[in-house]
Amino acid sequence: MGSEIEIQFAVERLLARYVASLDEDRLEEWPGYFTEECRYQIISAENYEQHLPIGVFFADSRGMLSDRVSALRQANVYEAQRYRHIVSSTLILGEEDGVVRAQSNYLVLRIMHDGATAIFSSGRYLDRVSFRGKGPLFVEKLVVFDSRRVDTLLAIPL
Amino acid sequence: MRNALDLAWPEGGLTRVPYPVYSRADVYAEERARIFMGPVWNFLCLEAELPQPGDYRASFVGDVPVVVARDLDGSLSAFENRCAHRGALLCLKRAGHGREISCVYHNWTYDLHGNLTGVTFERGIARKGGMPPEFKREQHNLRRLRVESFAGIVFGSFSAEPPPVDRYLGPEIAQRIRRVMRKEMKVLGYNSQILPNNWKIYVENNKDSYHASLLHAFFTTFRMNRLSQQGGIIVDESGGHHVSYSMRATDRPSAEYDGTALRAKREDYRLADPSMLEGVDEFGDGITLQILTVFPAFIVQQIQNSLAVRQIVPRGVGETELLWTYLGYEDDDAAMLMRRQKQSNLVGPGGYISMEDGAVGGFIQRALAGAEEQSSIVQMGGNEVCSQDTRATETAVRGFWQVYRRLMGV
Repeated sequence: MGSEIEIQFAVERLLARYVASLDEDRLEEWPGYFTEECRYQIISAENYEQHLPIGVFFADSRGMLSDRVSALRQANVYEAQRYRHIVSSTLILGEEDGVVRAQSNYLVLRIMHDGATAIFSSGRYLDRVSFRGKGPLFVEKLVVFDSRRVDTLLAIPL
Repeated sequence: MRNALDLAWPEGGLTRVPYPVYSRADVYAEERARIFMGPVWNFLCLEAELPQPGDYRASFVGDVPVVVARDLDGSLSAFENRCAHRGALLCLKRAGHGREISCVYHNWTYDLHGNLTGVTFERGIARKGGMPPEFKREQHNLRRLRVESFAGIVFGSFSAEPPPVDRYLGPEIAQRIRRVMRKEMKVLGYNSQILPNNWKIYVENNKDSYHASLLHAFFTTFRMNRLSQQGGIIVDESGGHHVSYSMRATDRPSAEYDGTALRAKREDYRLADPSMLEGVDEFGDGITLQILTVFPAFIVQQIQNSLAVRQIVPRGVGETELLWTYLGYEDDDAAMLMRRQKQSNLVGPGGYISMEDGAVGGFIQRALAGAEEQSSIVQMGGNEVCSQDTRATETAVRGFWQVYRRLMGV
């Protein structure tokens, strides 16, 4: 751990690396931002606020995250697309036993292969970041999206 | 053949579907009148979503906004979500609770049966203005729907014509709905997926058991759904409803799968964490997949332990909103809840299977230009509409068009 400023910087740098891997199509790096046992979920704000357990995607291990990537690479049919993440307003909410709670705003633009660009998703990252061991790594990342609608399909993680 | 719609249906009976049905605005408007507001039962919501007297929800019949409510005496009712005065939406939120519903525009008030109970300033202010004496509130109640609950599912109809829901469904479809909705249900989540295609393309997709193991690599690779498994298709007497089912454990070696180069078959593909696919036979009948459609636009899904209902809401001729409601049972233990949560990764807008159905409808819609004189082919499994003990068939798709053409008069 470190000072308040060092923690803020470390969390923001982790987020910056995380979104760069997704936006630059280095999806294979994505599971590496999480601890082996972890929790990742994409869920609408509506479901999240009603404490409903099912959202758009759920994983409770790094293996399940790798499986998402291998499915996108090898199995699933979807049109070529890229994201551009804009992450801002990272707040450090607290710390316990070397795990920091943080929240950030995100905006994701989706750029289709034909050039069509649209705001695909906006929302909050609710993160628990471990500074233990090799940290900082996500122990938990909840992607709480504002809209209840998903356009066409959600392939690449947010 | 010509008709009031001026829609030419090609030769070939139910085995040909003319492409303009997916792109013409006049067809879309006729569908609202003749199908959704016609002699059918539409999904409105689940009883589990209206647990208390006074609970109400906004829903849709086709794209027509309606409110479905549980009145103070516990009975269910449904009425148009449109104020009788100036036509504004009454229920703006997805769900609410109360003794009455008021319009925000001029505060006209309705009870939970849609009866107009209050007209603000009906007698004017200080004896000036107000409604003339010939205005009678009771002549301006909201248009009501017939409402019936079946297996915890609330159905509504604008028409007096359809028989009670269980007869509308027929015994086999009714039994297969009861199989899934067999005890007290619990909503585990919602999703909305905007499909870039006409609503009928998504209906057909659900009735088309032929595509499942060809489009969806997950089904084929992990042997979750192959046409070489025991299963079949049941089509009800009308043709409009269907159930497709299969039993994973019965997969047998098949020359057609083993000897064919299929994109969706990847023998070398494995999961790092296969816990998602570890289902249990909670129904005790070995059926690992059951997709059921009710005419016109409602789906009940069981894929292993992932249970959901899907409501199809047309949003214009080329756009459809698919509303997913994920379900479990009130008495699910933690392990079952986790299974349902993990297996929900297969379905919904980001699902390993369903994301592909979200994409493929758009591929058809985007290719419609220039196809005005052409039609698609729906001939797998013959020319008829009937139950079959194979899923290498499009019999249920033909069944949809059989009812569609009768109601549309085309």
